[in-house]
Amino acid sequence: MERDVVLSMRHISKNFPGVKALQDVDFTLRKGEIHALMGENGAGKSTLIKVLTGVEEFETGEIRIEGKDTAIINRSPQEAQANGISTVYQEVNLCPNLSVAENLYIGREPRKAGMIDWRTMKKKSRELLEGLDIHIDVSMAVENYSIAIQQMLAIARAVDMSAKVLILDEPTSSLDDGEVEKLFRLMNKLKAQGVGIIFVTHFLEQVYAVCDRITVLRNGALVGEFKVEELPRVQLVAKMMGKDFDDLAKIKKEDAQDKKCEEVVISAKGLGHKGTIKPFDLDIHKGEVIGLTGLLGSGRSELARSIYGADRPDSGELSVKGKKLLVGAPLDAMMAGMAYLPENRKEEGIISDLSVRENIIIALQAKKGLFHLMSRKEQEEFTDKYIDILQIKTASRETPIKQLSGGNQQKVILGRWLLTNPDFLILDEPTRGIDIGTKTEIQKLVLELAENGMAVMFISSEIEEMIRTCSRMAVLRDGAKVGELEESELNQSAIMKAIAGGGN
Amino acid sequence: MKKQRRRLDGNSFLLMITILLFVIMYLIGVVLFKDQGFAKTQNFLNLFISNAGLIVIAAGMTIVMITGGIDISVGSVVAMVCMILAWSMENAGWGAIQAMIFVLFIGLVFGLVQGWLVAYLKIQPFIVTLAGMFFARGMTAVISKEMISIKNELFLSWAQYKIYLPFGGYVNKKGKLILPYIYPSVIIALAVLVIVFIVLKYTKFGRSIYAIGGNEQSALMMGLNVKRTKLKAYILEGFLASLGGFLFCLNTCSGFVEQAKGFEMDAIASSVIGGTLLTGGVGNVFGSLFGVLIKGTIEAFITFQGTLSSWWTRITIAAMLCFFIVLQSIFAAAKEKNKK
Amino acid sequence: MDKVKKLTSKRLFMPIFCLVIMLIAAVIASPDFFKIGVQNGVLYGRIIDVINRGSEVVILAVGMTLVVAASAGTDISVGAVMAVVAAVTCSFIAGGQQSVNEYINNPILGAMLGILVGILCGCFNGLLVAKLKIQPMVATLILFTAGRGIAQLLTNGQITYVRVESFKKLGASIPGVPIPTAIFVTAFVVLLTLLLLKKTALGMYIETVGINSKAARLVGLKSTKIIFMVYAFSGFCASIAGLINCSRIYSADANNIGLNLELDAILAVALGGNSLAGGKFSLLGSVIGAYTIQTLTTTLYAVSVSSDQIPVYKAIVVVIIVSLQSPELMRMIRRLRAKSSVQTTSGKGAA
Repeated sequence: MERDVVLSMRHISKNFPGVKALQDVDFTLRKGEIHALMGENGAGKSTLIKVLTGVEEFETGEIRIEGKDTAIINRSPQEAQANGISTVYQEVNLCPNLSVAENLYIGREPRKAGMIDWRTMKKKSRELLEGLDIHIDVSMAVENYSIAIQQMLAIARAVDMSAKVLILDEPTSSLDDGEVEKLFRLMNKLKAQGVGIIFVTHFLEQVYAVCDRITVLRNGALVGEFKVEELPRVQLVAKMMGKDFDDLAKIKKEDAQDKKCEEVVISAKGLGHKGTIKPFDLDIHKGEVIGLTGLLGSGRSELARSIYGADRPDSGELSVKGKKLLVGAPLDAMMAGMAYLPENRKEEGIISDLSVRENIIIALQAKKGLFHLMSRKEQEEFTDKYIDILQIKTASRETPIKQLSGGNQQKVILGRWLLTNPDFLILDEPTRGIDIGTKTEIQKLVLELAENGMAVMFISSEIEEMIRTCSRMAVLRDGAKVGELEESELNQSAIMKAIAGGGN
Repeated sequence: MKKQRRRLDGNSFLLMITILLFVIMYLIGVVLFKDQGFAKTQNFLNLFISNAGLIVIAAGMTIVMITGGIDISVGSVVAMVCMILAWSMENAGWGAIQAMIFVLFIGLVFGLVQGWLVAYLKIQPFIVTLAGMFFARGMTAVISKEMISIKNELFLSWAQYKIYLPFGGYVNKKGKLILPYIYPSVIIALAVLVIVFIVLKYTKFGRSIYAIGGNEQSALMMGLNVKRTKLKAYILEGFLASLGGFLFCLNTCSGFVEQAKGFEMDAIASSVIGGTLLTGGVGNVFGSLFGVLIKGTIEAFITFQGTLSSWWTRITIAAMLCFFIVLQSIFAAAKEKNKK
Repeated sequence: MDKVKKLTSKRLFMPIFCLVIMLIAAVIASPDFFKIGVQNGVLYGRIIDVINRGSEVVILAVGMTLVVAASAGTDISVGAVMAVVAAVTCSFIAGGQQSVNEYINNPILGAMLGILVGILCGCFNGLLVAKLKIQPMVATLILFTAGRGIAQLLTNGQITYVRVESFKKLGASIPGVPIPTAIFVTAFVVLLTLLLLKKTALGMYIETVGINSKAARLVGLKSTKIIFMVYAFSGFCASIAGLINCSRIYSADANNIGLNLELDAILAVALGGNSLAGGKFSLLGSVIGAYTIQTLTTTLYAVSVSSDQIPVYKAIVVVIIVSLQSPELMRMIRRLRAKSSVQTTSGKGAA
């Protein structure tokens, strides 16, 4: 093994049914470095981490760690820990009801005469935390502390157990600037102690603030490893986003005219939801496709959710076609003519055990009310209509939706909302995890709907797709809307610059 | 940081309410029933004597509730234990020690089966113990439909052995010093309480129970064996249920089908009133002791009052349980809000 | 072969299969099981007895099915609510006396009052579960224990008798009609519920909330309202069952009305092929399940198992059914199989 290298992964491959999650990926981590692992959705970074920590098995390749002569295979997070690899996840894995000291030492408590020695445990915890510049009361329950401190405790625990490789999986997504600063100080301290840190994040600023190297993945393949100072922001964004789909024909009509003169359907003034999206203003016109762009975690979904009332906004006001609307629950938004295809299809979209028919008509039924059940014939007609229009591949209309492929499930959800005949349709990552053919179909459909006068909000991680479908874009960064791009400005470099923000 | 220290967290606040409630209730009793001797030391000790079994069972209940589970079979298990004791000594001619060991073993097995179903098959604890509840009650009837009174001498000598306390006595009208007394069952109950407290506070098993109740996923990620810990918790609880049944039997000296009906409610209520969260992760056996004492005080009230039906005990307990559950739910909602 | 597979995959196959097995067992236990005679102008026989006596369980199971489907929990207070309803009705009709030979107050009004109280009990449960988000079984445990106490208080700890012929008609039969009245009432409740499920969107709403409450919210459903409603409905069902039961014994016996019936109702739901984890449900399955349970009960009586011993058998059946429903068990079996196959192959490799 090369000197100074603590971890090397070579030629790692992993397949999920129908997806090549990782193809021949290499990754190298050196002693005392902070190494960013970057990539958009489906790039394979979480799979790579899972393979490394033993949550998933890999098929080919090898993992070597400093101090072991042979390649290692981790079968569980515990085994990975024994090999010196610890992970701190975005969702803090601590027990909120237990004290700080216990959370640091649970499972390996210091003992005296067979009993847990609380005094020593507290003393050791205090020493450990003070060494990391964390000054808190170790006998308080963890739930009394902010997420930031909990995150640091999780890191402290991980480091104290095994100090070779520390993986931080999106640790900063719920922290404010001051807290991030503290976390960075801690990371630098650990770095000085020789720990190798893998840092997974979506925030470019943070990568440039704290990292030494960047490895970029895209579509399960390695794009490359770069030194931070050699890779300007815009190039990083380009490498992450890639330039797929060049082979697909341009589907948008060239002569799409400016929709600004059309009627305003949705108008948000100072709308915001504490902790997820800062107050924003946004007007959406009839017949336009407005894209929300920004990296994952930039607040693009949260913006959409606050309009729809999925997260009840706590500031600002919303008007629909000039009329003020108080959104208490999604039903209010639906009644005002909105529809929302959520980002997380499995958890928030499909009703897994119900049939395709029921999944399609449920939203319209909810709108009509409990006592106005649509007749079976009506339901079937609607279902058949959308199975036909959207080319949904299903054995029958009574097949449970869970038996359909991801793309067809997404079409069913789309059908559900089209059936309500909305004026304003929000599509949050409608094409994620869907084959290319279906992707294009959905894009074409979006344009068609807009042409017929529907206002559509389109959110996607793929810039190409956005350029092809959107007539205007709002740019988001770090939980705030930072600008808008007009039709004429919609080209790759401009968008990437806007997403990347400040710096070079 | 100071601010965080000063803020009284909701859980200890609930416990304080409970202790305060007990003290106030008891004082009210002293004032109301002064003439009937409510203020006597013996009356206070009677709270322990008549509830020795419940103290042990509530301790066990607290353990499973901290893991986030529940056990509603305990009332029926008590009935079954009493019946087995009575039947084995009176009808099968067993010795008292033999019978005692046998019922404790039965408790372990009962806990093992319920625990395995909950921990390894991941069936809702409520369903499992609901089945357990009907099973144990039915078994009681299978053993004997008639009431069996225990006449075993050794057993009765355990039940009637008075231990006099060297203080708190008073001189009666005839000029004789009457010392307050307790039965051995009280000592056993308090010893169990102390042991369970130590187990929960000072062993890895005990802390794992809290960890699982706090966040099962996290406990798993931290490398704790969640399934085995849960299984052990239910086994311990099954054992305590049978031990509690044994102590209960020392008070009643009989076995019959309808015995200890609704006892599960007393145990759950004691635990919840004593500050155990239904959602798991928080609880303390000494808190549940106060829960038991509150229940005992209510019973004493009704006995001293004389005209109220004994059903009022059940209703009051249920109302208090309801009140504390709602309180917990409000605290939880407030906490959730604070976080945001 | 395909036909067999198709048949077994039908939703109601398992429940019907269980019922048939149970019926066969019943015939073995008492050969005259299917014999129907006429006594005093009313149909008579064991099978009639099952259908008649099963009324309470069927009605409770109807409410329980919806509760399980929407909230993934069970309402264990139904038996106690039955006792409360009986106590309210009887003590109202008897004007607070312990035993009457004629109506003191209007019996119809008394029944209405009983139903109202039953619904209120259901609302109380619904409030705790839907609004305060308390686990269903803990919430209903409160009435489960307090209910009988309340019933005792209402009847002053006595059994309140209403010794009037017309009061017994609900639990027995109406002169000139050969079929016991309870069967009509049961059919009415089942049909009413079926109608409610088929003619309104209620069934779909309940399933949606039970399967995925997050998605339900996003498509505009209000789960709090729906869950509250099913608990109130379960209270209604309990009140009807309570009325039938107290008419059968023309009295309100707070200790025994509805005793252990919550277990029967839960069992009926599980036997009906419905997952106790909520979601998709079949009302007819539960009804079939309820009759299966009643057949079991009657058969156990026939082989002279006493009523207080019966829960032993039912508890075992519950454990078996929920274990079979547990995905963990399937996983365990699969793992064991995989292990044994690995062992055999590795054994071959070594050789």
